[in-house]
Amino acid sequence: MDLNYTPEHEAFRTEVRRFLKENLPRDIRERVKKRLRPDKAMTQRWQKILHDKGWGASTWPEAFGGPGWSPLEQLIFEEECALAGAPRQLDFGLRMVAPVIMTYGNDEQKERFLPGILSGEDWWCQGYSEPGAGSDLASLKTRAVREGEHYVVNGQKTWTTLGQHADWIFCLVRTSNEGKPQQGISFLLIDMKTPGVEVRPIIMLDGEHEVNEVYFDNVKVPVENRVGEENQGWTYAKFLLGHERTGLANVGQWKAMMKRLKEIAEEQPDGDRALIENARFRDRLAQLDIELQALELTVLRVLTDDNGPGPQTSILKIKGTEIGQALFELAMEAVGPAALAHIPDALELDYEGARVGSIDATPAAGDYFNMRKLSIFGGSNEIQRNIIAQRVLGL
Amino acid sequence: MNFNLTEEQHMLQDSLRRFLANEYGFDKRRDIVAGGQGVDKATWNAFAEMGLLGYTLPEEYDGLGGNGLDTMLVMENFGRALVVEPYLSTVVLGGSIISEAGSDEQKQRILPKIATGEEFLAFAHYEPSGRHNLDYVRTEIQTHGDDYILNGRKTAVFDAAGAHYLIVSGRRKGRPTEPVSLFLVNHDSSGVEIEEYTTHDGHRVADVILDSVMVSDDDRIGGRGQAMPIIEKGVDRAIAALCAEAVGAMEALNETTREYVQTRQQFGMPIGKFQVIQHKLADMFIATEQARSMAILAASESDSDDRDQRRRAVSMAKALVGQSARFVGQTAVQLHGGMGVTDEMFAAHLFKRLTLINLQFGDADYHLGQVSDGMLKSA
Repeated sequence: MDLNYTPEHEAFRTEVRRFLKENLPRDIRERVKKRLRPDKAMTQRWQKILHDKGWGASTWPEAFGGPGWSPLEQLIFEEECALAGAPRQLDFGLRMVAPVIMTYGNDEQKERFLPGILSGEDWWCQGYSEPGAGSDLASLKTRAVREGEHYVVNGQKTWTTLGQHADWIFCLVRTSNEGKPQQGISFLLIDMKTPGVEVRPIIMLDGEHEVNEVYFDNVKVPVENRVGEENQGWTYAKFLLGHERTGLANVGQWKAMMKRLKEIAEEQPDGDRALIENARFRDRLAQLDIELQALELTVLRVLTDDNGPGPQTSILKIKGTEIGQALFELAMEAVGPAALAHIPDALELDYEGARVGSIDATPAAGDYFNMRKLSIFGGSNEIQRNIIAQRVLGL
Repeated sequence: MNFNLTEEQHMLQDSLRRFLANEYGFDKRRDIVAGGQGVDKATWNAFAEMGLLGYTLPEEYDGLGGNGLDTMLVMENFGRALVVEPYLSTVVLGGSIISEAGSDEQKQRILPKIATGEEFLAFAHYEPSGRHNLDYVRTEIQTHGDDYILNGRKTAVFDAAGAHYLIVSGRRKGRPTEPVSLFLVNHDSSGVEIEEYTTHDGHRVADVILDSVMVSDDDRIGGRGQAMPIIEKGVDRAIAALCAEAVGAMEALNETTREYVQTRQQFGMPIGKFQVIQHKLADMFIATEQARSMAILAASESDSDDRDQRRRAVSMAKALVGQSARFVGQTAVQLHGGMGVTDEMFAAHLFKRLTLINLQFGDADYHLGQVSDGMLKSA
């Protein structure tokens, strides 16, 4: 065993750090560090900068225009990006639909879809969830009926994150009712401009428009937009979820958040002293720091395991999301009563009106409310516990 | 970076596991504990033959030059089988303190005899009013010509009664802030009184009373007043070893609990079919894997000479392992129902050991405090 990064990895880290220092625009960094409202232009601008460097898709192999990094290099890259204050890249294209297209798509689909994902020009969203289905994904009802060279799609998707910006949606649709519910599902790529697609906002408890409902009313989708075989979509969906779960540990993001939280605790007054001097608060910070350290090592153990990620990755989803939620909870409590104020306009970079408390107070409670989603999406944490119990422990 | 065992470690692990499975079953362990000696001679000799006792001692003193990760491997397997023998006292703590800071004469005299299993050591440092505080030392040292006289009381000294040497800390009389010195004290020295008792988990522990005990300058370990870094490093290695032991015990407890819930029938089915039980076991598994990650960190850092980094890693690990051990232990007992609180269940004994590990060398709150206060210093 050797817990040290190799000199090559350290050199790689230095290279990434230098690149970020020279190329991450100041306004973007400011916005991310202050946890202000992200926007589409910012995400696309950053994606283009990374793409120009050849680093647009850290997880992709070279054959598809990725840098061909090892899992450890990907982790270092993510961590440095987060610590530098880079915005999150959009997972839906880069990390969710792209691996499915690479693995199960045909050559035409690869040529047609991957370049736009890599450059950030095509914005993708996810069409898995349906009203009433929740984590019971296989119960989905959106139907696709084959009519000649088209499928006609009818139904409704929900929880479509950032779907209001999307050019494309990847969907699980029901193409058969025979056999087990898992057996009649297909994987379709749908152009959001197709007639019959309608996006309606869902306003979340933090007052923000982040997710949507997507309605399909006789939407004609060319058969060539089906990835893989008809009725085999469940296989591709499970493959995708495996990819998602490793990412959901979010170690880089949480390390950046922990660093920020320590700064907040040093800057935030608590009477005549700094908050960091309050032992009760500091202990909670230390507790999270310890759990985060353990998570980081657990992630590294999973990533360097010769057998590849198995159902143990559910640990990463559960702990990653629990730690994330606890970090935002502490960030909210750190700013004290200033977290009470709800001033949505203050989340914009150019806001010049009045604030309550420091800039850290502006997003504090909203982020806390928003982050309750972490233990619910991507297969709720209860589902993850089922996976561990049944697939790891054999119960 | 890799988390794999080496070829040698694999071989050692295999032979150790085989030995413990065949020769160190739950009944055998009960007999050893009931025997009151705290050590089974045949077992200890077998450990010596396997090379375990000299595994981490320096090669020039008949050891094999292993490191903290090797200790982890041994202790994890000891944890699985609830080994009571004084490996931690003699090899991990005593062996590493003497290897690190002993004079050449002390090393020549003691280390080869540890490796062959002939001699035992005990670490007499903690004192009754000090709780978990490592720097609480009130044992007094008076100079007497070239010699010293020790007076004081040490508490919870593991394996003291069977030890040939006690490693004792003290400060010069009347100077409570004076730096600490460390001595090798022969167990039969005049003025050494050992009040022995057993622990809940079957270990043998003692309070050691030092009443005008004479030691010579040759018995000093390391420089005069320069013992604290030696003590810290030894304790850090012991903590890393305990973390590994706890992970082994948690792993065994998870396995035995899983088997139990698959067998135990209630309401017409095995209770392991109930989701509420499944989620508890999933959480025990997660806690164990997180603890394992930290035990690896502690083991890997335990050899480091970077004091602050090492101490921080070890405290982080001990805090998380202590919390995980408490959670896994309590939950396992709960899932065993009434059987879990009986003496006949292996699970109950694993629970007791896990509980006591949290009390050794600083509990979870103490180490959380260490990490927490460390944040203040770096601020």
